[in-house]
Amino acid sequence: MAASATSLADDLAPPSRRFSLLTAIRRNPTIAFGGILLLLLVFMAVFAPLIATHDPLRITPVNRLRPPSERWWFGTDQFGRDVFSRTVYGARVSLIVGLSVAAFSSLLGLALGLACGYFRRVDAVVMRVMDGLMAIPSILLAIALITLTRPGLGIVIVAIVIPEVPRIVRVVRAVVLSIRAQPYIESAIAGGTRNLKLLLRHVLPNTLAPLIVQSTYVCASAMLIEAGLSFLGAGVPPEVPSWGNIIAQGRTFFQIAPWTILIPGAFLAVTVLAVNLLGDGLRDRLDPRLARRL
Amino acid sequence: MTAYIVRRLFATLPVMAVVALFVFFLLRFAPGDPAAIIAGDDATAESIAAVRVKLGLDRPVVEQFGVWLWDLMRGDMGVSIFSNLPVTRLIAQRVEPTLALSLSTLLVAVALAIPIGVVAAWKARKLVDRVVMGFAVLGFAMPVFVLAYVLIYFFAVQWQLLPVQGYRPIGEGFWPFVECLILPSVALGVTYMALIARITRASMLEVLQQDYIRTANAKGLATDRVLLLHALKNAAVPIVTVIGIGIALLISGVVITETVFNIPGLGRLTVDAVLKRDYPIVQGLILVFAAAKVLVNLIIDISYAFLDPRIRY
Repeated sequence: MAASATSLADDLAPPSRRFSLLTAIRRNPTIAFGGILLLLLVFMAVFAPLIATHDPLRITPVNRLRPPSERWWFGTDQFGRDVFSRTVYGARVSLIVGLSVAAFSSLLGLALGLACGYFRRVDAVVMRVMDGLMAIPSILLAIALITLTRPGLGIVIVAIVIPEVPRIVRVVRAVVLSIRAQPYIESAIAGGTRNLKLLLRHVLPNTLAPLIVQSTYVCASAMLIEAGLSFLGAGVPPEVPSWGNIIAQGRTFFQIAPWTILIPGAFLAVTVLAVNLLGDGLRDRLDPRLARRL
Repeated sequence: MTAYIVRRLFATLPVMAVVALFVFFLLRFAPGDPAAIIAGDDATAESIAAVRVKLGLDRPVVEQFGVWLWDLMRGDMGVSIFSNLPVTRLIAQRVEPTLALSLSTLLVAVALAIPIGVVAAWKARKLVDRVVMGFAVLGFAMPVFVLAYVLIYFFAVQWQLLPVQGYRPIGEGFWPFVECLILPSVALGVTYMALIARITRASMLEVLQQDYIRTANAKGLATDRVLLLHALKNAAVPIVTVIGIGIALLISGVVITETVFNIPGLGRLTVDAVLKRDYPIVQGLILVFAAAKVLVNLIIDISYAFLDPRIRY
C-alpha cells in the first residue's frame, strides 16, 4: 500500500518540467487510449442532438430496412428509424447507467466496507448478507427486482447497484483489515483518536486507489448488464433508444438487416473495452500489488 | 477430510438462507404494489386481489414466511401465476438444455483456455503472448449477445455451416445435439475463456520463476514435461478458483445465450417469466441458480485438497 501511496504523491506533485501530453501518453498507453475513447463517447452522448442526422424516434415505414448508405449511415430498422441517430443517443443510456452504478455502488460499498473492516460485529452480519447476494447471478438479481416494478432507468440502476455492491465491499474491507493491523493505527488508538476521525483520516485514504480501480470494472460490468437486460426486454422501456433495445428490436430481421445488431453491438463492445482499458491502466498505476497478481 | 466436507456443507446454509430471505422479502418490500404490477396494466381490483391471495400477500408476514419456508423445505416452490403449474415441475422440465449448454461451454472454455494460458506464460512477452492477452482483453469487453450474432452471421447465415438456432436433445442423435450447441457454447464461453486464460498465464508465470523449474530445465527435462507436470500442477489452485468464480458469469450468460439461440432451457423460462411478471417462477429460478453456484464452489473448495496436498484441514 505504501508503494501506491508514494506513486500517488508523485503524480500529484507539481511537475518539475512542463507537462507534455505526449510523454504522458507514452508512459500510460492504456490509460490514455481508454480515456480518449471514453472521452469521445462522452462527447457523442452529450452532443447527441447535434451529431444525430435524423430524429432517433421518427418512424418512416417507407424507408424500412435500408442498408447503410450516404443518407442513413448505419442503415434503418424495420420501422424506418435511422440506426446511426439511435446509436448516438444510445450512448447516453449506457454512460448514465455505467457511471451512476459505479458512483452509487462505490459510495455504498465504501461505507459498508469501512464499517465491516473496522467493526467486528457489523462485519459478521454484513458479510453474510454480501455472501448471499454474491451467490445470485447479477443479471437474475436485477431481473427479480424488475419483475416487481414498473420499467424505468432509475429502477435499472438500482437493480444493477445491488449485485455490484458486494464486489466493492470485499475490496474495501480487505484493505481496511490490512491497514487496521498497521502499528500507526494502533498508536492512533492509543493516542485517543476517535473512531470516526481514525476512519476518515487514516483508513479511508488508503482505500481510494483500489476503490477507483474496482469502480471502473463495476462501470464496465454495469454497462454489459444494462444492455443484457434491455436485450431481454427487462431493461429500460422499449421506446428508449438504448443499445440493448436497438439490438433486441433488430433480432427479428437480423438475417436481412444485420446492421441493426452489429453496429450498436460494436459500439457497446468498444465502450466496455475503453472502460476496461482505463481500469487496467489505473490498476497498474495505482495498485501495483493487484496488478502483479493478474 | 470428511469432517472438512461436512463443515463446508454446513457453511453453505447461511448463504442459501440469505438468498431465500432476499427473494422472500423482495416481493414484500418492493416499491409500489407488486401485486398490481404482476396483475398487469388493465387489471381490475378483483384480479389484483386474486394475485395477492395467490402469492399469500393477504396474510400476516410472519405467517407468510412460515408457510413459505415450510413449503420450500419440502421442495414446493409455489405455483406459476399464469399456468398454475407447480414451479418445481416447470423448472425440472427445462433443466436438461441448460445443463447441456453449461457443461459444453465449461468444457470448451477450460479445454481451450488452459493450454492458451500455458503457452502465453511460456512465451511471455513474445508475440504469441501479446496476441493471446489482446484477445483476452477483447473477450472481457464482448457482450455475449453481440458475439452470438456475429457468430450466427458468419457461421450460420453466410457460410451455412451450423444451424442458426434451436436445440436437439441428445436422444435425437449425437451430432444434431452437438451441432446445435457449438455456436452457443463458443459465444457463451469466450468471456469465461478470457478469464481462465488470463489467470492461467499469471499463475504459470509465478510458478515458472521458482528455483525448482530452473533445476528441472537444467537437468534437461523436456519442455512439455516441465510445463505440464512441474509447473501447471503447482499453478492449479488459482486456476480452479477462477473456474468457480466464472460459474456466476456463465449462469448470467446462459439466460442471454438461450434467448439468442432459442434454446428451451431455464434461461428462456426466466425471460418468459419476467415478461409475464410471473414472480414465483423467477423466485424459484434464483434459488436454483444460487444453489448451483454454491454447489460448484463447494466442489471447488473440496478439490483444493486433492490438487494441493500441502493444504490441510
